[in-house]
Amino acid sequence: MNIVENFDLFAPRLINKKELLSAGHRACQGCGEVLAVRLMCKALGENTVIASATGCMEIISSMYPTTAWEVPWIHVAFENAAAVASGVEAGLKALRRKGKIDDREIKVVGMAGDGGTMDIGLQALSGAMERGHNMLFVCFDNEAYMNTGIQRSSGTPMGASTTTAPAGKVSMGQKTWKKNVTEIMVAHNVPYVATACPSYPLDFINKVEKAKKVKGPAYIHCFSVCPTGWRSPSHLTIALGRLAVETGIFPLYEVENGKYKLSSEMPRKLKPITDYYKTQGRFRHLSEDEIKMIQSRVNKEHKKLLNKVDCLEAWD
Amino acid sequence: MAKRVGMEVALAVAEAVGQCNIDMAAVYPITPQSHIGEHLSDLVADGKIDAEFVTVESEHSAISAIIGASGTGARVYTATSSQGLMLMHEILPIASAMRLPLVMGIANRAVSGPLNILNDHSDIMPQRDCGWISLFVENGQEAIDLSIQSFKIAEHKDVNLPICVNIDGFQLTHMVEPVEFPDQELVNKFLPPRESFATLHPSKPVTMGAFAMSDYFTEILKAKNEALKSSKKIILEVWEEWAKMFGRTYKPVETYKADDAELLVLTMGSMGETAEMAIDELQAQGASVGLVKLRLWRPFPFAEIKEVLMKAKRVLVTDRAVSFGGPGGPVCGEVKAALYNESHKPVIYSSIIGLGGRDVTVADFTGMINRVIKGEANVDTYEFWGVRE
Repeated sequence: MNIVENFDLFAPRLINKKELLSAGHRACQGCGEVLAVRLMCKALGENTVIASATGCMEIISSMYPTTAWEVPWIHVAFENAAAVASGVEAGLKALRRKGKIDDREIKVVGMAGDGGTMDIGLQALSGAMERGHNMLFVCFDNEAYMNTGIQRSSGTPMGASTTTAPAGKVSMGQKTWKKNVTEIMVAHNVPYVATACPSYPLDFINKVEKAKKVKGPAYIHCFSVCPTGWRSPSHLTIALGRLAVETGIFPLYEVENGKYKLSSEMPRKLKPITDYYKTQGRFRHLSEDEIKMIQSRVNKEHKKLLNKVDCLEAWD
Repeated sequence: MAKRVGMEVALAVAEAVGQCNIDMAAVYPITPQSHIGEHLSDLVADGKIDAEFVTVESEHSAISAIIGASGTGARVYTATSSQGLMLMHEILPIASAMRLPLVMGIANRAVSGPLNILNDHSDIMPQRDCGWISLFVENGQEAIDLSIQSFKIAEHKDVNLPICVNIDGFQLTHMVEPVEFPDQELVNKFLPPRESFATLHPSKPVTMGAFAMSDYFTEILKAKNEALKSSKKIILEVWEEWAKMFGRTYKPVETYKADDAELLVLTMGSMGETAEMAIDELQAQGASVGLVKLRLWRPFPFAEIKEVLMKAKRVLVTDRAVSFGGPGGPVCGEVKAALYNESHKPVIYSSIIGLGGRDVTVADFTGMINRVIKGEANVDTYEFWGVRE
């Protein structure tokens, strides 16, 4: 029986009922990112402190004097969520050791969008991961600077039209391949790295729970559909997340102590990327040749991933 | 009994911070601050202080990390200099708006370019309006005392603001000076554990660093302004308590042989002791000169500065930084603003001196002062002293 298709049946038993990101926030209709954050909070539970970067999730949840957060939460600036989280971790560690706070495990989580993770926040993230803090960092990747108005980032996929890399008479839009930050995190030799998508809620929750148990740094790259920025119908958010996975554009996998493993949701045969592109305005302008060129790259990247799954062994 | 030892000032600052039962420090290397961070990490490595020392990958992350730790209720410290302080700049006003009692040591150094590693005040001046309490020291003993006092001031329930202690790079940080460390027991008595208004802990979830638009922004900034202005009262109380416990007195504005002087020279930081020698020399020659030393840069001590300067006919303000195309040195600009509404005010001269580590000698002070006495100094604009043109 497919768990996702029978989600209503399983969800109450498998998922924490307590909402730690409460309703009433200001996210757009069909926002995949806020759904992912909500699921992440459910998986993390109450003994969590979150350090958030500036971005959509920060402005929709913390409009003074209101807050949507039911867990301790801190925002400082755009590029430093990982550094702030590392400070929170160090502070709690010292206070606990010195008996100044009660003796319990608290998971510190840094979170940012693709800009706050892959571009302006990459240095702080690299530093925090390298130093080995006991923290989880989650990138909610909606593939452009959506909060400021759909400008391209290094997470924007090849060919997508954005407000700073627009499609035009002589341009196909984004001219660069998406930066693979998941692999950069793997190269930091952190104990746990995973990709996830809220269209597969149980897979995502399982991964967050796994990352929570890691004593040390962990990283999850979460694909977050953005109807506003992708110019896609808001009711297709879940479907688009699934298509991104099914076409191999955003494969779901884990890397535990260097060992790659595809998630069980990954199909054996990938769908053509046009299935994923056709409902998104950001890809509407692409020619057949351009789509062919991108399809070829997606195939190669997928093969590369399968090779890693087959060949690489865990160090521990 | 407090012991008197000879020690490099940077190391002494780290020792003093180590006396304050800090929980966490994050420091990134930069000359001439590095010895503070190195010695602090020594103290942690040797188990002399029980704290997390986070070896961040930049000053930006240093300030960000101590904000995170301070949010948990930890007592935190960082130190930096010059470019490092400029890199932190973005985060400084956020720290004060979040009302977190961070303590930062600054080994003041010239800001590039050209690249220069030596002392002036061009690193702290651009941070002037960030909402931090800002203090200047003149020697190693003051660096120790003010570093310890800073935790008490910053963490006071009526303050809750970040604070920086300005220690002239090399001129002070790298000097070996005779210093006295207060007894640990007395420090413990003087500086009780931090009590936070709110902390990042699941037992009582709070949201820190919320987003505020025009409906609340002005009120939040006014609150920060009020907190900074009224911190002076707490600073004075802490200095009074310090004087009682340790016998050394501190004031926002200090004077040296300034009574009845017609011409007052104003300095901030380590130049004060050099200026004292110039005053001695000129007074011996019969000149009516005195010295004023500014210790409290923010909140600016308007009342105290007026009280001292209004008695003089002329005031020469020295600055180790330039406000390019502006009113002169940044300190001079504040002094002029403080006196503007007075009807009988002294004539104010502005001298820029000691940039990028250029030595400031007794002869420089006597030269500048004599120029004012002789009526040769330009009152209409600021002057660079000792510059080759």
